[in-house]
Amino acid sequence: MAEAARVLVIGATSAIAQAVARTYARRGARLVLVGRDASKLEAVRADLVARGAAQADVKVADLSRVEAHPDLVDAAAAALGGIDVALVAHGVLPDQARSQASFEDARRTLDVNFTSAASLAHELANRFETARHGTIAVIGSVAGDRGRQSNYVYGAAKGALAIYLQGLRHRLHGTGVKVLTIKPGFVDTPMTAAFPKGPLWATPEKVARGIVRAIDRGTSGEIYVPGFWRVIMAIIRAVPERLFVRTKL
Amino acid sequence: MSADRLSWGRFPRERAARVHSLHWPAEPLPRDASILARGCGSSYGDSCLNAGGTLVDTTRLDRLVAFDRGAGVVRCEAGVTLEALLEVIVPAGWFLPVTPGTRRVTVGGAVANDVHGKNHHRAGTFGAHVSALGLARSDGSRSVIAPGSDPARFAATVGGLGLTGLITWVELALRPLVSSSLDVETVRFHGVDEFLALSSESAERFEHTVAWVDTTARGAGFARGLFMRANHAPRPGPLTARARSRRLSIPFDFPAFALSRPTVRAFNALHFGLGRAGRGTAHLEPFFYPLDAIGSWNRMYGRRGFVQHQSVVPMAPAREAVTALLEAITASGEASFLSVLKVFGDRPSPGMLSFPRPGVTLALDFPMRGERTLALLDRLDAIVMEAGGAIYPAKDARMSRETFRRSFPRLGEFVPHVDPAFSSSFWRRVHG
Repeated sequence: MAEAARVLVIGATSAIAQAVARTYARRGARLVLVGRDASKLEAVRADLVARGAAQADVKVADLSRVEAHPDLVDAAAAALGGIDVALVAHGVLPDQARSQASFEDARRTLDVNFTSAASLAHELANRFETARHGTIAVIGSVAGDRGRQSNYVYGAAKGALAIYLQGLRHRLHGTGVKVLTIKPGFVDTPMTAAFPKGPLWATPEKVARGIVRAIDRGTSGEIYVPGFWRVIMAIIRAVPERLFVRTKL
Repeated sequence: MSADRLSWGRFPRERAARVHSLHWPAEPLPRDASILARGCGSSYGDSCLNAGGTLVDTTRLDRLVAFDRGAGVVRCEAGVTLEALLEVIVPAGWFLPVTPGTRRVTVGGAVANDVHGKNHHRAGTFGAHVSALGLARSDGSRSVIAPGSDPARFAATVGGLGLTGLITWVELALRPLVSSSLDVETVRFHGVDEFLALSSESAERFEHTVAWVDTTARGAGFARGLFMRANHAPRPGPLTARARSRRLSIPFDFPAFALSRPTVRAFNALHFGLGRAGRGTAHLEPFFYPLDAIGSWNRMYGRRGFVQHQSVVPMAPAREAVTALLEAITASGEASFLSVLKVFGDRPSPGMLSFPRPGVTLALDFPMRGERTLALLDRLDAIVMEAGGAIYPAKDARMSRETFRRSFPRLGEFVPHVDPAFSSSFWRRVHG
């Protein structure tokens, strides 16, 4: 299954998704790329074909339109003749201050980062369950591990998503369908361009290597990439609430 | 975002006001007053620095645009590194038409410095194999520039030190490969005459030639060295971009005494003594990129960094000029750690400011020890100027305006092509 896989990449212009897709392209995989911006998708498509992808189709879609998801997944499956791996990588990093000022803003974050991702996981899960085959890999975040004043709206969406996927994994246990929750820490991407970078930051390529390794191994579970975030988040989760509220985290 | 980006020589330690990353080829340039494209920062001196201005990081413009595996033509965004490109093209049976001694440069940087390699006597410079490129200017314009369609702008941009605008993509003609192995021969030589004789005897028969010279030996050992010549193996073999090898990294700045004259002398004597004359095969990775195996080797030179000096002198006065350069170094008490000699061929360089031209080139690196180091480099410049030669901007941190002007006779033709918003620490130093 590592060779010539059929891969659906949702949010294909994100830095992490591009890096994952390149690994599959090098292996001669067939890909369907979904994103919002046609010109960026075309740049990604051309790159993957040049790197050896046997097929790379582009589908422009507004992923916040949940009602269009069933057709989107069906079209991708038809283009590829079935799906081995689906990576759900779209998302937005909201400005916490704006979300605090307006719940409308917070709701958009929840719609994209939770509702839309969960809806796609749902559509994929039902089809994969019938086929008794496929890996659903979804990008979550370490931010979903504990509510913190600095970005709890984003964290709430990613935390809810992790629980949704946990339930899906439980439901699909024994069907051969894998559900992988990926929790990257700080990743140096356009989404985080405004942040000062330090030693905890990882490149999208490093995160992608961790993702592909887990998919290749058939992991069904949660992974932290890079792995040291498992330890950091265990500590952060363990801090008692009455102490935690005094921190600036 | 941190603006603390140094050049490979880690001298001078100048800071940009900010770094702006580009992620998509169609993204507009920042509208700052002074901008400069920045790839891997592998230029040694200040041509990749923009003190007080903006560096436009291109390393995320790292997509291929098209790769014709049959014809060996690749088009890619400017931030693709040679390292990343090799991973794609070598398994497909292609190699770079020209490669510098490190893979840690971007394609855009290779064009902007019109880099050269061990096959210059056959293939000319990197820019000679570029069939088209994309250029973004600060006025918002975007153009496709090819040697045939826009010869003046092409000649200004290739070797143009990133000053004519931002190179967004490059199309490159590759060289076919049937194996990642090379057949390599190493020959010892003593003196400049023997080096020149070996070069002329090897030029016809070998695609790659380069010599390492011991600049610390006096007397009978003066200008001794190892001449390496190689051809790509004609026998079909594995096509891998990497040899199976261990990697080292220099994790911290070495103390100043690590590369003092006695240790450099000892290293050079050992290198000559252990350098085995003879024939063998080598994988392309250790052959072309020996120093890439040691991550951050520049940190060996300590916090003060180091300065490179690469010159070229025309063939006619080459014997006397190269001898004079080597004598000036031995007399100075400064020690160049790795010194490289090569004869450039006749193939014309495409750029107005391209450095390679027919003659002999000598590349040196010195630990930066302040005034005494700079004084030696000035003496070397004088010898090169006297011989009608040139100094390489990509390796320079200190040449005078006069030396720059005399090195590049087409400077007057180049200047009108400079984008008004683009500048560099180097450009302000030698021209602005």
